[in-house]
Amino acid sequence: MIDWPLVSVIIFLPLIGALIILFIKEDELTSINIKWAALLTTLGAFILSLILWLRFDYSNPSYQYEEKFRWFDDFNFFYHVGVDGISLFMILLSTFLTPLCILASWNNIKKRVKEYMLSFLFLETVMIGMFASIDILLFYIFFEAVLIPMYLIIGIWGGNRRIYASFKFFLYTLLGSVLMLIAIIVMYRNTSSMSIEFLQGNYFSYNTQLFLWLAFFASFAVKIPMWPFHTWLPDAHVEAPTAGSVILAGVLLKMGGYGFIRFSLGMLPEATEFFIPLIMTLSIVAIVYTSLVALAQTDIKKLIAYSSVAHMGIVTIGIFLVNQQGLEGAMMQMISHGLVSAALFLCVGVIYDRMHTREIEFYGGLVQRMPLYATVFMIFMLGSVGLPGTSGFIGEFLVIVGAFKFSSYVVIGAAFGIILSAVYMLYLYKRIIFGTITNNKLADILDINTREKIILIPLAISVILLGVFPNLFLDPMRLSLELIITNYEIVNAK
Amino acid sequence: MLNNIYNIFFIPEIFLACSSFVCLLFGLFLKKNAFRQTSNLAVFVLLLTILLVYYDSESNFANYKSLFSHSSFINFFKILALLGSIASIIISKDYFSGIKLKNFEIPILFLFSTLGMMLMIASNNLMSMYLAIELQSLSLYVAAAIKRDSISSAESGVKYFILGALSSGILLYGFSLIYGFTGSMNFNEISFYLSKYDNLNLGLIFGLVFVMVGLAFKVSAVPFHMWTPDVYEGAPNSITGFFAIVPKIAAVALIYRFCLVPFENFYLEWSQIILFLSIASMFLGAIAAIAQSNIKRLLAYSSIGHIGYILIALVAANDDGIKAASIYMFSYMIMNVAIFAILLSLKVKNEYLINISDLKGLSKSNPIVSLSISIIMLSMAGIPPFIGFFGKFYVFIAAIEQELYVLSVLGVLASVISAFYYLRIIKIMYFDESKSEGIINFQISFQSKIILSLSLFLIICFIFYPSLLINISASLTI
Repeated sequence: MIDWPLVSVIIFLPLIGALIILFIKEDELTSINIKWAALLTTLGAFILSLILWLRFDYSNPSYQYEEKFRWFDDFNFFYHVGVDGISLFMILLSTFLTPLCILASWNNIKKRVKEYMLSFLFLETVMIGMFASIDILLFYIFFEAVLIPMYLIIGIWGGNRRIYASFKFFLYTLLGSVLMLIAIIVMYRNTSSMSIEFLQGNYFSYNTQLFLWLAFFASFAVKIPMWPFHTWLPDAHVEAPTAGSVILAGVLLKMGGYGFIRFSLGMLPEATEFFIPLIMTLSIVAIVYTSLVALAQTDIKKLIAYSSVAHMGIVTIGIFLVNQQGLEGAMMQMISHGLVSAALFLCVGVIYDRMHTREIEFYGGLVQRMPLYATVFMIFMLGSVGLPGTSGFIGEFLVIVGAFKFSSYVVIGAAFGIILSAVYMLYLYKRIIFGTITNNKLADILDINTREKIILIPLAISVILLGVFPNLFLDPMRLSLELIITNYEIVNAK
Repeated sequence: MLNNIYNIFFIPEIFLACSSFVCLLFGLFLKKNAFRQTSNLAVFVLLLTILLVYYDSESNFANYKSLFSHSSFINFFKILALLGSIASIIISKDYFSGIKLKNFEIPILFLFSTLGMMLMIASNNLMSMYLAIELQSLSLYVAAAIKRDSISSAESGVKYFILGALSSGILLYGFSLIYGFTGSMNFNEISFYLSKYDNLNLGLIFGLVFVMVGLAFKVSAVPFHMWTPDVYEGAPNSITGFFAIVPKIAAVALIYRFCLVPFENFYLEWSQIILFLSIASMFLGAIAAIAQSNIKRLLAYSSIGHIGYILIALVAANDDGIKAASIYMFSYMIMNVAIFAILLSLKVKNEYLINISDLKGLSKSNPIVSLSISIIMLSMAGIPPFIGFFGKFYVFIAAIEQELYVLSVLGVLASVISAFYYLRIIKIMYFDESKSEGIINFQISFQSKIILSLSLFLIICFIFYPSLLINISASLTI
């Protein structure tokens, strides 16, 4: 279909940009060159991934744009990348958010600009590579390599407790993913294949599946994160710089959901069936508990971080319903959350850059001075609540429709969480935006500038686009999801 | 075979032995700059030895069959040890000049110890094995204590000597038991004798355990690791570098050969010991390193941890295990060469770097160096995409091939713990704010720079073409 390796180009373009930046000498004058180089590279990757979408064949459920090279001579490990309906939007999300992140850090990252941009470009390569891998070893390498730039981003450019947060992030997620390494090797030993495509059959005995499932669960549950493995997330979010939080919420959490769909559902269907009650329980606890916790927060970022855990609870419910609506809802919720929470963190970044505090108490009455900001913030806030017409609605609605087929208790839990999400988001919005300005320091705060408009308006447009034309996004992924569900149902009907 | 008497000089070990004496004389009669000239000559000699090992044919070896063996595994480890010792001589030249320790004997000691290691790796007989170990150790004892006016260096030399002598004694006692009960010193004959029996008798079990204890001391596996941190700390940095890089290679090869050749049929007997050593080393290495403030002690514990992983592959005792060991040992050598090349060139306030906390602010004053240290640390922690990950990956493949699930899970858990202290070094370089800048100097000679760049290149770029090393290690036979 296409005669040049599009996927590889998208994966390695940021890395090439990083290499170029490595040779730019950094000082007061040239740091702007570094920023432009990073921005142009990431924009290039974004445009290429749009081409990927335009040329995507909707009627093909399996991988497209495949590239396969022998990588290890002794074992069947390949450099094997490709894109299907599930990974397409994850890649788009990564390439869409990274330029925005670079723009968001344009002025507020003053020290070590070079290292900062290097980390982000490396991070982008690794994220895209992870979503595009069809070989599990390749997937694992990218999955773990994500930790390196993120550790540096939190640790160098983060807040006061950045060291604690970066170590917690690194060790927590590493502990999860090393168990996955063992599981991957066990899979290889049983089948002599590392191809994700090949392994999406049913190749393992029941007991093996249970152990493999738990090992994968350890890494994805930490990554997504599920209650009670979520404690690293609020710390990491609060301490990370704005752009770090954006990538963390926007893309890194999706790795967990993506892994659940690909590995747990696709490769270990029988074990998944066995563990569904566990997942449902944990998810509902997560939704209700973290929503209540979010309500009590005094730090805006922490509130959004807890809301992420709640939203990811909806995603895990959707995934493990294993029906068409549930999975589509989960995918939509992941994309929507990627945009909305990223945008919310950027909004927090806007006022944090001006006032250098994230305390809710400090703000109030921002609408008086920042009307445009209040409008944009409202769009994202409503997207997070799940108002019809925004992206959040589609995901939550589909998950709840799917959940009716499974159990009405799950529906009650999920719906309760959605109501709570409206409570804490609207309450947050009321406290910081509405009213009159009581804090004198806010008296001459400025509305969003052009750079911030460039960042926030594309996000606002895509949130509404996703809410109004969900089929634009659902059509490409439908067949790939159906393939997984069919396979799952065949195995479990035996 | 010896129709030409001169052929004997082309046997790598004999060549190395003769050349070492030549080097000694050369150093002795040089008036000026003896240390540098001898070092250069030693590097040259070692390079030639590598060529000889590479082109070594079995025919040259016929006369020593009962004492030494010949296989691709042996040659691989010999070349690894030679490369390690070349690298460590080159990177330590400037350091020795820096601390005004210019005894030309140092490279000679390295040469003799390398000779001992080559014999150790190849030995096929209890007697030759013992003599090789002693040749290797005696040179190292002297090297540890070479800085005569330093108390810590003398202390580390004496400590190493006493504990080394004790372990050699235990080893020798084990040998005598094995000899007494089997009636042979040759590995193959022992193996042949033992193949007639289903169980080892009590005396042989004692012998085996004693030998294992002695070998565990040589590879510094827990609980016989006590000397490692102290010797590492006390010896001059470049000697520490040599200790960290080379003798481990030989000792690991030896413990593999000893377990897999004479006692190959008694897997159950020795694997229990190795299993324990492996788990204990991984966890102690990981946990004890956390509290260290001295970079050399930290690297000592880190090397103890690495030995634990290599022993996992020995417990697996299959072809994949041998492959894993050779890949792991290669990555271990490369990483240690790289880190010591940096450590031997870093000066804080005109003193060579000792405390980890002195690395503070390095990322500002020397971004390239701190980036390199970070990459080495992440690689040692086994984080992809660096070479250290592939070492661990192959070890776990071998272990799971043998269905050692619990051991593998323990292994990965220990690797998470050990990630903490590797990350701590990155944290000190990048995250901690330093007020005083520019007190760290990085001066590196051209030759060391080549060694450093080459090893960093291998650490980073292994992922792009792994097959080069993997094909070699897949073809190794013990």
